[in-house]
Amino acid sequence: MAGATLAEKLISRIAGVDRARAGDHLWCKVDVALLTDPTTPQVGAAMARLGAEKVFDPAKVVIFHDHFVPAKDVKSAGLARASKEFAREHGIEKFFEVGRAGICHVALPETGMVVPGDLVVGADSHTTTHGALGAFATGMGATDMAAVLATGKTWLMVPETIRVDLKGALDKYVCGKDVALALLKELGVRGAIYKALEFGGPGAGDLELADRFTMCNMAVEAGAKAGIFKADEKVLDYVGSRTDREPVVFEPDPDAEYRRCIEMDVSKVEPMVAAPHSPDNVSPASVFSDVAVDQVLIGSCTNGRIEDFRAFAEIMNGRKVHPDVRLIALPGSPSVLEQMIAEGIAASLVQSGGVLGPCTCGPCIGSPPGVLGESEVALFTTNRNFQGRSGARSSRVYLASPAVAAATAITGRITDPRNLAG
Amino acid sequence: MKSVVKMKHEAEERCSNVDRGRALRISGRVIKLGHDVDTDRIIPARYCNSFAQEDLAPHALEDYDPGLANKIRPGDVIVAGENFGCGSSREHAPVALLGAGIRCIVAVSFARIFYRNALNLGLPVLVCEHAFDVFENFEEIVVETGAGKIIKAGTGDVLRARPLSRIAGDLMRAGGLASLVRAMTVPGREPGD
Repeated sequence: MAGATLAEKLISRIAGVDRARAGDHLWCKVDVALLTDPTTPQVGAAMARLGAEKVFDPAKVVIFHDHFVPAKDVKSAGLARASKEFAREHGIEKFFEVGRAGICHVALPETGMVVPGDLVVGADSHTTTHGALGAFATGMGATDMAAVLATGKTWLMVPETIRVDLKGALDKYVCGKDVALALLKELGVRGAIYKALEFGGPGAGDLELADRFTMCNMAVEAGAKAGIFKADEKVLDYVGSRTDREPVVFEPDPDAEYRRCIEMDVSKVEPMVAAPHSPDNVSPASVFSDVAVDQVLIGSCTNGRIEDFRAFAEIMNGRKVHPDVRLIALPGSPSVLEQMIAEGIAASLVQSGGVLGPCTCGPCIGSPPGVLGESEVALFTTNRNFQGRSGARSSRVYLASPAVAAATAITGRITDPRNLAG
Repeated sequence: MKSVVKMKHEAEERCSNVDRGRALRISGRVIKLGHDVDTDRIIPARYCNSFAQEDLAPHALEDYDPGLANKIRPGDVIVAGENFGCGSSREHAPVALLGAGIRCIVAVSFARIFYRNALNLGLPVLVCEHAFDVFENFEEIVVETGAGKIIKAGTGDVLRARPLSRIAGDLMRAGGLASLVRAMTVPGREPGD
């Protein structure tokens, strides 16, 4: 019998079975259930349809207000209010109003609620982010989440796994975002439907947690159900400083059975860009040097961490934003913002001519500040660039790393940051 | 020993309880869409400040093809290519399609969150490798969801959908997760037991 993948080992634990195998459908116990301002009321309505009156365990539920807040319009204000009322009614103490914790997938790890071995489910597709901590983490819709809140359980089909073996070290001005985009170029947006992406190999341990979060975040763009790293010392240090909960660390068996194996020498990855309107429409940044942009956004659950703002500031290096460009910076969480202030990054951003906004999803989800007008072109550090997502149907969004975003903000055209370095 | 007639009656009663109000035979026109139709094009994020079906339905597929929602008639069936419903986890996507009149989706493949959301809401979703090559926009189609039959009304040609997993089959027969969970929440019994 072949050995088990990381996903199979994790699901064996959360389903309470000896050996989960790809293809099995299993009921699993949920450790963390994540909701956001627009989804909480929808989940509440779905709970009513299920006939459920109580949340299974309020301590395992966390609500972040990050999508349409501070309210973009009257309806969004109503959703946020209903979300707050839901938290109060059900005694959910981990309710984070806008300004208190930030973007859910940046902030959740900061709370220490997730430990290796957990099952994390969220009413948001980028819940895959938390696989960077050695958890099984996946997104779902409101009705599935309502069933989770009612019963504490959800059914999962044990996914087949695509193993991504990383070797080498990242070049300067290259980060996890470029690796994620390079992988999307290889896999395509259908390449991992209903599969887990398991990242490993000698290069995995060298990656900073911020890079791992970004890569797991974008696993869903290839259709993956989860993106997972083994929890190593970096993860255990990060988690151990935030919680007393015991981590459960798994390793894939050496003879695990994979659907596909991909080798990536990350030292060969260069700054990458995904062109409109698909995150797998990827080429090296240098290919797009003729593309002029109206707006640059640094932030989001993909690239809103302090490491991202440091990389951005290093390229900016006191230079001004191009006169034809709006620069919008949305830190991923208040603690990221505090660190930016402490390191002088916030001040230099403002002095460069940028807008420093709230710790929210913003125009990635078509919300202010920075909704795109007719035919506008933008470069975002976000995760998806589907048509119309961030504003007008005729607008066009390119996706890239914080370093590419900084170089582009300076020149007004999509720019490989290595051209401006030094 | 139970009589055959009584057993048959009980079986019918079980069926009618489970299938109540759910059309197993769907007859309508094909709304043909392409590959990788993402949830942002099914229902743009700018309308997700509400989850009410009546708010979402007029904007279904607006960024795929403005005006398409007005052409959809109740009972129509989407026939699409690969990776239908990729992107966001928003349940607003199947809600908008249901509100616009779509009663079934046949695709070469589905993105996994959309697939679950649709089944949870009682919108039948069938995987079929060939329908995308065989059907034209607005042609008449009949789908028998229970048997997994996809029929070209014009010629009577029958295509077969891929068999459903046990849970997916239960959801489709129950007409969604709400009905299934209610059926499962018998005292002393938990989901998965």
